Amino acid sequence: MGYLQGFAVTLRKLLKGTETGRVVTTQYPDEKRPKPERFHGRHVLNRYEDGMEKCIGCELCAGVCPARCIYVRGADNPPDEPVSPGERFGYVYEINYLRCIHCDLCVEACPTEAITESKLFEFSFTNRADAIYTKDELVVDDDGRPQQLPWEHWEPGDDEHTSAWVRATSPSGVAAYEGKVAWSGELGYGIRSPERGQAAEDEASDADDAGDHDHHDHGGHH
Amino acid sequence: MTAVLGPSIFGLDPLYIGGVGLAEVLITLLKVGVAFAFLLVAVMLMIWFERKLISDMQNRIGPNLAGPFGIFQTMADGIKLFFKEDLIPEQSDRLVFKLAPYLSLVPAFLVFAVVPLGGDFNGGDGRISLFGHETFLQVSDPPVGILLVLAMSSVAVYGVMLAGWSSGSKYPLLASVRASAQMVSYEAALGLSLAAVLLKSGSLSTNQIVSEQSMWNWNLWVTWVVPMVVFLIAATAELNRPPFDLVEAEQELVGGFHTEYSSIRFALFFLAEFMNTITMSAIIVTLFLGGPNGPDFTTVGWLSGLLWFFIKLFLFLFTFVWLRATLPRFRYDQLMDLGWKLLIPLSLGWLLVLASYDVAGDRGWNRGAAVIVMLAIMAALGGMLALALRAARQRRELDPQGGFA
Repeated sequence: MGYLQGFAVTLRKLLKGTETGRVVTTQYPDEKRPKPERFHGRHVLNRYEDGMEKCIGCELCAGVCPARCIYVRGADNPPDEPVSPGERFGYVYEINYLRCIHCDLCVEACPTEAITESKLFEFSFTNRADAIYTKDELVVDDDGRPQQLPWEHWEPGDDEHTSAWVRATSPSGVAAYEGKVAWSGELGYGIRSPERGQAAEDEASDADDAGDHDHHDHGGHH
Repeated sequence: MTAVLGPSIFGLDPLYIGGVGLAEVLITLLKVGVAFAFLLVAVMLMIWFERKLISDMQNRIGPNLAGPFGIFQTMADGIKLFFKEDLIPEQSDRLVFKLAPYLSLVPAFLVFAVVPLGGDFNGGDGRISLFGHETFLQVSDPPVGILLVLAMSSVAVYGVMLAGWSSGSKYPLLASVRASAQMVSYEAALGLSLAAVLLKSGSLSTNQIVSEQSMWNWNLWVTWVVPMVVFLIAATAELNRPPFDLVEAEQELVGGFHTEYSSIRFALFFLAEFMNTITMSAIIVTLFLGGPNGPDFTTVGWLSGLLWFFIKLFLFLFTFVWLRATLPRFRYDQLMDLGWKLLIPLSLGWLLVLASYDVAGDRGWNRGAAVIVMLAIMAALGGMLALALRAARQRRELDPQGGFA
């Protein structure tokens, strides 16, 4: 009687729980699970080591955004007081967080690594206007860290390695560049070293557990 | 029925024998009030119980923040729904849209009125003494009690159907089409399995049915188990509870018939749904498990009956949650197959088998032989039905277009 076995399963779980434990619930506001290395959270606009903004106002992020939540207007740099090292800079930069789906396509589209994502996701607003972040809120502080705004709840570590994706395996996605540094320095951090690449990962796992080929630890560590 | 107790619009309650005065009216109002309040509290606890129990069966915690063990979660949800914005879609039929929740809710209340909750049925006929007046522990005992139950569950179909139709939106409309087909189909199986009980007890009055079952003479074994199984399955379908919840299949129809409902009207639908679960469990207890029957284990005569009733009621509430936790939803054709090709023939056949047993007893024939002959005939008919269905299926597979290619 295959139909009745299911009832035994639910009853068994009710009475004894399972090998996975009595409950699998995370009591969210009280206990929080650790976030993955490249968690997609609230954006930041990065700056170079000398304090110049990386954004050049090219609007590629706005073009690629599937939710159309980014609004960018570029302008020519003022010659006496340039904002970015290039010809133009991001004059207006707005992200509407009521629309953003945190897909990270803007980060991948950005040619200067200006926009990246922090691990912050616990923030809320009480009206629609507050949901639109402008450049004032998105650009990093003078120490290269994201601004921690009053309505945001930052956990320790959320503001670190906000550009972790850049050091993912290889620049430009070309496997031959694995382990090579091909990105610019960042305010507060300088030029970061590359992550341990895929080839190194495979070698390590082959050596560690030769008998267990199903298990690969892809988590990057620094 | 004796002349004194002659059927009247007031039902068979001994309360009204000596005429209706102020005391009788007040006692009746008290009973109505208590039943009403009981149902509301029971729904609150039932929703909490279901969420907690199903969480335990799925290795989750369930509501645990509002009050001890989250027991006030339903109240919190209810208060939230009361204060939410009430939207009426522009495309809707406004009058019917507003009427539909009440068409669901009112029948749910009315069914509970005919359920005997307690009273001494161990030899007695369930009378208790209330402020010096003899009465039954049920709001009303009309001579057509069980017909009222069937009628009300039919009216409840209108609630679901009109809600979906008046929403002016496609998913609710699909849900209401499903609802009317499903509930009407399963009402047939429900009525036929119920007929077996009526055959044995010989009365439509719920009090009479319970009295007939006193001293362990429960209909569960008097009708040889099958009608109760059929009734339980058909009742689950009638309640739109999983695994028969095609009417509000979230994966297919968003929210089903109540997709466009919000605020208090949505709350009314939910109230009605869980209230129907409770009243249907109470009806099953009344019909098959002898209602408040059971060994008297208390010194207070009427308390034992109440306790037995609630123990049995709880058993079925647990069963409904257990079904939901265990079984995946039926596909629509499976649902119709189960209803029309299995439950209806089975309950109809079983009714005839029970009838043959009784007729054989009346005529002085060998009852065992009569039942065996009837079972053989039923098996033969069932086999023919199965063959016919298989042939039809094979023909469909050979020509899927059915000649309409």
